[in-house]
Amino acid sequence: MHISVNVDGVTYADEVEPRLLLVHYLRERLGKTGTVVGCDTGNCGACTVHLDGHSVKSCQMFAVQANGHEVTTIEGLARDGKLHPVQEAFRSNHALQCGFCTPGMIMQAIDLLADEPDPDDETVRKGLEGNLCRCTGYQNIVRAVQDAAHRMRPGAGPKLEQHSDEHITAKQPVGGE
Amino acid sequence: MIPAEFRYLCPSTVDEAVRMLAEEGEDAKIIAGGQSLVPVLRMRLAAPTALIDLGGLTELTGVRDEGDSLLIGAMTTHYEVQRDHLIHDHALLLKLATDTVADPQVRHRGTFGGSLCHADPAGDLLAPALALDAVMIIAGPGGRREVPASEFFVDYFETALAPDEILIDVRVPKFTGWGAHYEKLNRVAQAWSIVAVAAAVQVRDGSIAAARVGLTNVGAGPVRAVDVESALVGQPATAEAISEAALRASTGDGYKDNLARVLTGRALTAAVAG
Repeated sequence: MHISVNVDGVTYADEVEPRLLLVHYLRERLGKTGTVVGCDTGNCGACTVHLDGHSVKSCQMFAVQANGHEVTTIEGLARDGKLHPVQEAFRSNHALQCGFCTPGMIMQAIDLLADEPDPDDETVRKGLEGNLCRCTGYQNIVRAVQDAAHRMRPGAGPKLEQHSDEHITAKQPVGGE
Repeated sequence: MIPAEFRYLCPSTVDEAVRMLAEEGEDAKIIAGGQSLVPVLRMRLAAPTALIDLGGLTELTGVRDEGDSLLIGAMTTHYEVQRDHLIHDHALLLKLATDTVADPQVRHRGTFGGSLCHADPAGDLLAPALALDAVMIIAGPGGRREVPASEFFVDYFETALAPDEILIDVRVPKFTGWGAHYEKLNRVAQAWSIVAVAAAVQVRDGSIAAARVGLTNVGAGPVRAVDVESALVGQPATAEAISEAALRASTGDGYKDNLARVLTGRALTAAVAG
């Protein structure tokens, strides 16, 4: 089936098998290996990306379901060599050890901050309920998300995520179907 | 794990979806949000020949005020249910139960109608739908028909939907001003309910005017705790009356009986308070 998907600001047109999972399309067809496959069963959240600005598990949907939609991966966050504030906060708070869960954690943290710009400890933990980390015990991840919230005031959100660098004033052109 | 091959069809109207389903036959499967179906396909517990994706049917999303009831489109996502002000004001129990479903990513894709049709006995929206007397509006080759929740959930993962039918809307009567609570017991984050209790209570002048109680995961489908409800009506909204009524929750299973009673007590206490 023919699909057209905007991924990280670039529109791709491809012929795909309907059973191709979105995460495999991102990794194997587009080479966006920043998005990883963790548990393969929809539990761990490592493959989290944004679909039209909302977090989804990319191993839980097919690439054909993203046809005509906009996907943002961890690779689409940095601008001109500058990390997104949530990426920066994860780095400076040592919110990772092996780093495997980190792409999904960051994508979900950005989604959480869009709804909860100043989350308390409990809100962060609930908001990251769908993301598992086996190294850190979550302490520094929670700190990083709260630190990111401070860095991003007055608020994070799908609109802001493409605007993390103040020199970038407009989103890259978005292709349609 | 990779699913077996299937054809993928994207109808743009309900009638087109019904026609596609009839043409493809009973080996075809409807996909809504896919948060239960995609794992099933990946584990190859099912291998439908075709998937008919309702994702493009915008007519099936959103909540409408119909006077004394709400009409909730089957493709309304959990995330949308959580944030809908009509549901918050008139069917609070549904919002509170939806808050506990899976995790944020799943709630962005998963749908109200999809959860009801999947009919997992541990699914959190079945007991609220039953307790609130929801009515399923179903489209098929013969037109539309309506099935009350009390007749919709037939068995484990089985509903009254025929193979050629699609759930399109759910009508929920308004419970404006009722207190509500969904008390869920699970052991780890994002796990299914071991047992959960859905409670809605109408308190007038300090006494319980009406009550609805539904139990999750105590049998093949959701169970309405009618003995608990009738024990509450007319009683003062006190801890004693709630404790006494909660003892009537019954599941036919010793371990779950005890859980159901304890959780019913907690759910009612919170519902009366809120």
